[in-house]
Amino acid sequence: MSVDIYKINPEFRDIMPQEIIDLEDNATWAGESVEKRGISDLTDKKEILEEHSLCAGCPEAAALRYILASLPVPEETIIVNSTGCTSLMFPHIALHTVHSMFGNQNAVASGIKRTLGWRFPDKTKDVVVLAGDGATIDIGLDYTLQSFFRQEKITTICFDNEVYANTGGQESGSTAKGQVFKMAPKGKVFDKVPMWELAVTSGCAYSVKLTASAPKKVAKVLREAVLIAREIGPTYIHLYTPCILEIGLAANEGLWEMKEQDKDRFEDFKYVSDAASDYLKKCKKEGLL
Amino acid sequence: MANLGPAHYSPYPVAYYDDLLTPPKGKALLLTEIVDEEVAMGEIAKMMLTRDNATIFPGPQVLYAWNDEAKKKATLIKEMAEVLNAKMIPMYDYRPKYPKIDAEVEINPNHPNLTIWHNDIKACIFVGVHCHYANVALKMIRSETDCYTAAICGLSGHEDAMATIRDQHAEEMAKFIEIAKEVKKELGK
Repeated sequence: MSVDIYKINPEFRDIMPQEIIDLEDNATWAGESVEKRGISDLTDKKEILEEHSLCAGCPEAAALRYILASLPVPEETIIVNSTGCTSLMFPHIALHTVHSMFGNQNAVASGIKRTLGWRFPDKTKDVVVLAGDGATIDIGLDYTLQSFFRQEKITTICFDNEVYANTGGQESGSTAKGQVFKMAPKGKVFDKVPMWELAVTSGCAYSVKLTASAPKKVAKVLREAVLIAREIGPTYIHLYTPCILEIGLAANEGLWEMKEQDKDRFEDFKYVSDAASDYLKKCKKEGLL
Repeated sequence: MANLGPAHYSPYPVAYYDDLLTPPKGKALLLTEIVDEEVAMGEIAKMMLTRDNATIFPGPQVLYAWNDEAKKKATLIKEMAEVLNAKMIPMYDYRPKYPKIDAEVEINPNHPNLTIWHNDIKACIFVGVHCHYANVALKMIRSETDCYTAAICGLSGHEDAMATIRDQHAEEMAKFIEIAKEVKKELGK
């Protein structure tokens, strides 16, 4: 796999739709380019995500756009996802994506990463898991933690909306204590699972908790996490992307909600191991960050 | 609305249920019969030249210049379309299109029948489509349209197509073009 899979044979250029021609002409690929990709590309470059079917104003969609715009080498990246709201976006990404069974995403990603290592020993392949809190923290917790214990060199991103949103609003392990949902009328009786801390004790070299309120910050964290996962070990990003529908907000209030939570449940948490910290300094010197 | 295909609205719109399998090496499948590759090539060419709105659906394996073989095949498929007087509509990737496809200019494996119906296509060739998606699309077309389908496959062929030739690479495609030229001449097209 390389950027060549986006180059249209000249014989067919006249029959291809404009959005596919744009992917070749105006999307940002690492390819031979020396310039870093980033969220500034969102203003005038072709995005890797086509139109999706999430709710209007969903912060998850914005977060995914930031992430896709910031992947260091998208053409050499495999994205593994799981069942959930995110499933509605992944089929629309112009990268290799694998939809796993609910909760299996980290096991699938581990297998893919190892296989790519054997198949393409001379290439750097990034494997990124993107799944919701139900898949990462509840149903797939075993696989998530096992991939950390085993030091699988993958990046795991949890899109935490604190609820099972697309099945009507059931509480998840990530729901805050006391929260009431349509399908959780009594309110949650135990605390939110601190997955970002579990990631540290389970062996992640890098674990960050944040909201998607600041695009540049999301981009920086994503880049750091992917680079560390290449050389040092598993990395984890816990990203708050509220379900505005389930918590009763309007389409334009998602950003406000994330900014509020920046000071509350999603106050900054960042752990970087010593080895990862040294590696990041090296990356910075080499211009990778 | 187009007519239904041979499987109609069967819950099992697959040729396998009619005891059809992919052809053995060196052979081709023509409807229910195993025939020589050249025979199937001639029949495919005849169908494409005589049925309405013949169309070639090139898939990602030939649309993109990802290796030398793909580049060679692209040139050959362009020539094939000219010889067969066929239109080309690309199946450029397999993503579901949101909110809907433009059936006039694209075909999607998730609902290929829309493109067939919209353009009233009565004969088509699938080439360069990855096997899984070719199978999905061919089953739907077989079930819900009266379009004659042909699959030019680099691997073992597709029993859900009405005609399939297998192990087709640049050399074999060039042979098909030569046979199509002869058929065209015979038909006076």
